[in-house]
Amino acid sequence: MATANPTMFQASDLNQHNERVQRRYRLLFGLMTLLLITPVMLILGTLVVKGGAAISWEFLLTAPTDGMRTGGLFPALLGTIWLVTVALILSVPIGIFAAIYLSEYAGDNWFTRTINLAIINLAGVPSIVHALFGLGAFVLFFKFGTSILAASLTLAVMTMPVVIVATRESLQAVPQAFREACWNMGATRWQTIRRVVLPNSITGILTGVILEVSRTAGETAPIMFTGAVFFTPFLPQSVFDQTMALSLHLFVAATQVPEIAEHVPFGIALVLIGLVLTMNSVSIAFRMWLRGKKKW
Amino acid sequence: MSTSTQALRNRATDARAAEDFDRRDPDWYVDKLLAGIVFVCGISAILFVLGIFFFVTKEGIGFVFEKMDFREFFLTPYWSPSDAEDPEYGILALMAGTASVTGLAMLVAVPFSLGAAIFIAEFASGKTREVLKVLVELLAAIPSVVWGFIGLVIMNPLLIKWFDIPVGLCVLNAGIILGLMAAPIMTSIAEDALKAVPDRYREAAEAMGATRWQVIYKVVLPAAKNGLLGGVLLGVGRGFGETMAVLMATGHAVNIPDSIFDSVRALTATIAAELGEAVVGGEHYQVLFTIGIFLFLVTFIINLSADLIVRGIRKG
Repeated sequence: MATANPTMFQASDLNQHNERVQRRYRLLFGLMTLLLITPVMLILGTLVVKGGAAISWEFLLTAPTDGMRTGGLFPALLGTIWLVTVALILSVPIGIFAAIYLSEYAGDNWFTRTINLAIINLAGVPSIVHALFGLGAFVLFFKFGTSILAASLTLAVMTMPVVIVATRESLQAVPQAFREACWNMGATRWQTIRRVVLPNSITGILTGVILEVSRTAGETAPIMFTGAVFFTPFLPQSVFDQTMALSLHLFVAATQVPEIAEHVPFGIALVLIGLVLTMNSVSIAFRMWLRGKKKW
Repeated sequence: MSTSTQALRNRATDARAAEDFDRRDPDWYVDKLLAGIVFVCGISAILFVLGIFFFVTKEGIGFVFEKMDFREFFLTPYWSPSDAEDPEYGILALMAGTASVTGLAMLVAVPFSLGAAIFIAEFASGKTREVLKVLVELLAAIPSVVWGFIGLVIMNPLLIKWFDIPVGLCVLNAGIILGLMAAPIMTSIAEDALKAVPDRYREAAEAMGATRWQVIYKVVLPAAKNGLLGGVLLGVGRGFGETMAVLMATGHAVNIPDSIFDSVRALTATIAAELGEAVVGGEHYQVLFTIGIFLFLVTFIINLSADLIVRGIRKG
C-alpha cells in the first residue's frame, strides 16, 4: 500500500495565498468598522465630560435665568414630556392597528405594497417637510394654533412608522399555527388577535413604543413652527398652550443666545442624548431578554 | 320516496345548516367593527402621505402658478427673499449646498458603512457581533440637533485648527457630520440585506473550498447587490432631507461652493431658518412651501426607486 502523500493535507500555495487575502480583508473591514465607531465615541465622551459638569438637580429642576444665559432647563424637559406623551397617545393606537392590518388582514398584493411604500415615505420625507405639513394642516387649517396639540400631531404622523414596523414584526413572529388553532375553536378573527396574537407579541410592541419615545423626544424641525417656542416664562397647562422643548432648547442655546455660559448647551445636549440613548438601551435590552425567553 | 321530496328535505337541512353557521352574535359584530377600524388605520399611512402632499402644495401652489418662473427658480443662484423692492428666488445655490454636503457625506459614509456591514454580518461572530450591532443601533439614534451641536462646538474649532481656515462651518464640517450620522443607518440596512442572503449559498461555496472572503466577494455581495443599493439610496434620502444638523454646521451662507472649505446653505435649512420670519400667506412664505414640494417630490422619487430596486431583485 502506498503511503499517503504527506503534502495532501497541507495548504497549497494557492490556499495560503487565499488565506492571506482573506485575513487582509478581514482586517480592512474591521478597521473600517472601528473608524466608523471611534470618532463618535470620542465625541460622545467629550459631551459627557463637558456636559457632566453642568448636570445637577438644580440644572434639571429650575428655569433658565438671566436671558437664558444661565440656570436650568426644567421648562424644556417638562415640555418634551408633554409633547412625547400627547404624540404617543395619538400615534400608538393607530400605529398598532395599522400593523395589525398589515400582519393579520392584508394580502400580498399591490394595495399592501402601496401601504408599505407610504410607510417608507412617511419615515423618509424630510423632517422640515413634516414641519410645513404640521403648520399648514394642524396650525392653520384645523386652527389648533401653535400648540402642544399641533406639534404632537405632527410628531405623531412623523414617528408612526417606528411603531408600525416594530409591531408588524412582532405580530408576524407569532406562529401561524397559534392562529389556526384558535380559529378552529370557532373564535372570530378579532377574538384570535385579541386573545392569542396580541398577548404573544405585546413585549415586542412595547420595544417599538419605547423606540418611538426616543425618536419623538429628539426631533426638532417638526416642532419649531407648530408648538415649541424659543422661550416662554409659563409652563404648559393644557394641550392648547405653547411650550419649550429640550431639542429646540439645545438649538436655541447653541445658536441664538450670545454670551451663554459654556456649560449650559453642553448640559442640555447631555440630558437630551442621555434621555434618547437610555430609551434605546431599554428597548434593546427588552428585545434581547425577549429573544432568550421565546419558547417557539 | 320520490326524488322531489328528497330534494325538498335536503333544502330544509341546508337552510338549517346555514342558520347554524350564521352567527350574528355580538362577537360577530365586534369582529366586523374591528375589521373596519383596523382597515382604516391600515390605510392611514397612505392618507398621511397624501395629506402631507396636499397641505404643503395648498400653501405653496399660489406661487407656483402665479409668479414662478421655472428657469429663474431652478437655474439662478440669487436668493434674497426679504428684499422689499425686488426679492429674488433662485434656489440653484441652495441646491448646490445640499448636493455638495450630501455628496461629500456619501463619499465618506457609503464605503465605510458597507465595510462595517460586511464585517458585522460576515466576519464578526458571537459577542463581538452583538456588541457592534448594539453600538451601531445606538449611534443611529442620536438626534440630529445634537449632531448639529457637535458640528458647531466640536468640529468647528477642530477644523479651524487642523486646516488653518477662518471659519470651520463649511461643506467639510457638514459633510463629516452628515456622514457620521447616515453611516449607522446605512450600516444596519446593508447588514439586513446581507443577512437576507440564504445561508445555503454560503455553505455551498464553503463546501467547494472557498475562503470567507471568496464567499463574500463571489457569492454574498452579488446576491445582496440590490438590497445594498437600496440601502445606499435610503441613506442618500436621509442626507438630502436632514435639516437641523445641516442648518447648524454649514455656515448658512448662500453660495455655490468652490472648495470644501466654503460655507454653503441647504434647501432644508433655508426653510427652517426663514419660515419663522415669513408672513403667513405672503410670497416668501409660499416660496418656502414650494421648496417643500420640491423636497417632498425628490425624497418620494428616491424612496420609490429604493423600493423598486429591492423588490426587483426579489422577483428575479
